[in-house]
Amino acid sequence: MNDPINWQSFYFLLFGLVACVFALAVVLSSNIVRMAFYLILSLGSTAGLFFLAGADFVGSMQLLIYVGGTLVLLVFGVMLTAQGPFVSLKTRGGEWILAAIVGGALFAVLAQRAVSIRDWRGPEMPVTIAAAGEAPAEEAAKPDAAKPDAAKPDAAKPDDTVESEPFDPDGTRADEARAEEARANKAAETTASTHPAGRHVDMRDTRTATSIGMALSGPRVDSLGEPGAAPRAGMSSYLLPFEIVSVHLLVVLIGAAYLARTKKRLKADA
Amino acid sequence: MNLLTEPVGLTHYLLVGAVLFVCGIVCMAVKRNALGVLMGIELVLNGANVNFVAFANGNLRSDGPWTLGLDGHLIALFVIVLAAAEAAVALAITLNFYNNHSTVDVDRADELHG
Repeated sequence: MNDPINWQSFYFLLFGLVACVFALAVVLSSNIVRMAFYLILSLGSTAGLFFLAGADFVGSMQLLIYVGGTLVLLVFGVMLTAQGPFVSLKTRGGEWILAAIVGGALFAVLAQRAVSIRDWRGPEMPVTIAAAGEAPAEEAAKPDAAKPDAAKPDAAKPDDTVESEPFDPDGTRADEARAEEARANKAAETTASTHPAGRHVDMRDTRTATSIGMALSGPRVDSLGEPGAAPRAGMSSYLLPFEIVSVHLLVVLIGAAYLARTKKRLKADA
Repeated sequence: MNLLTEPVGLTHYLLVGAVLFVCGIVCMAVKRNALGVLMGIELVLNGANVNFVAFANGNLRSDGPWTLGLDGHLIALFVIVLAAAEAAVALAITLNFYNNHSTVDVDRADELHG
């Protein structure tokens, strides 16, 4: 208990518990209005989880589209289909038992899979505590075969500085060499943060809105540093899915408007 | 294992996603209100989104550079948009059903029952 509180873990626990508890409340409640409210709380704290996982754009879209749009739609649906106060759609007990058995089995399978893999349990403690400047040096000290992308620039850098220093002992060249080294270091850091082998969180790199916008309209700016032509070609843009989703949304809009007002027109005709 | 002092990993996110997913499945199975079934679908899609976003973050795991990266964020965005579209159509169908039958009980929608 002497360790300082990890605030990311604290907020993860907060948001995760709120999301899970209110998801359970959605299942267990039988009042449709309360279910809608619990669903709003659950999805809102899921947006908090998205922010914690570094997905700022997805989190804000979750708040805007889901909580602001879809759930307001659902609440309007609840209001428009409001039944008498005494009509309550109760589920029979046998169905509850069957659903609990199936759901418990499904959760057991999913949780067992999630827990069983060792590498998914999170970064090791010393690596996370290490400052941002120390992490690349630490990785260069023990080059790992599993992460060649981050280890290679760091391993190559000390050789360059060792070679260039005896050639030119005077100040300007040393400064140049230092600037070069700093540039290489920065490049290595960018590589390390693009490729998650570098485990320190680089806060400059956590804004995703520009990359997502570029990836939806044309080039993938996040994959330009990808070595190798084949994976770079595989990371092409999302322009075609974006178009398909746009047309899909248009069709859905027309279809929903048509479906929702059919009855009115029939009544007017009759 | 102290949850407050240790960094969270992919496992924690996957567990939250699993809870949301299972709650959604059970909600879809047991609710008799059509809007309750819709809410279950929203929960399922959100559980999947939690997994996508968690796999997109490489800082949550300790085994090298194999993450979804930006693809996870984009897929999560597409899922959000498609969920909005699905909710709009399902709500229109539900309203139509309510106008015809004066109820939203899914057990009453059995006219195609053979």
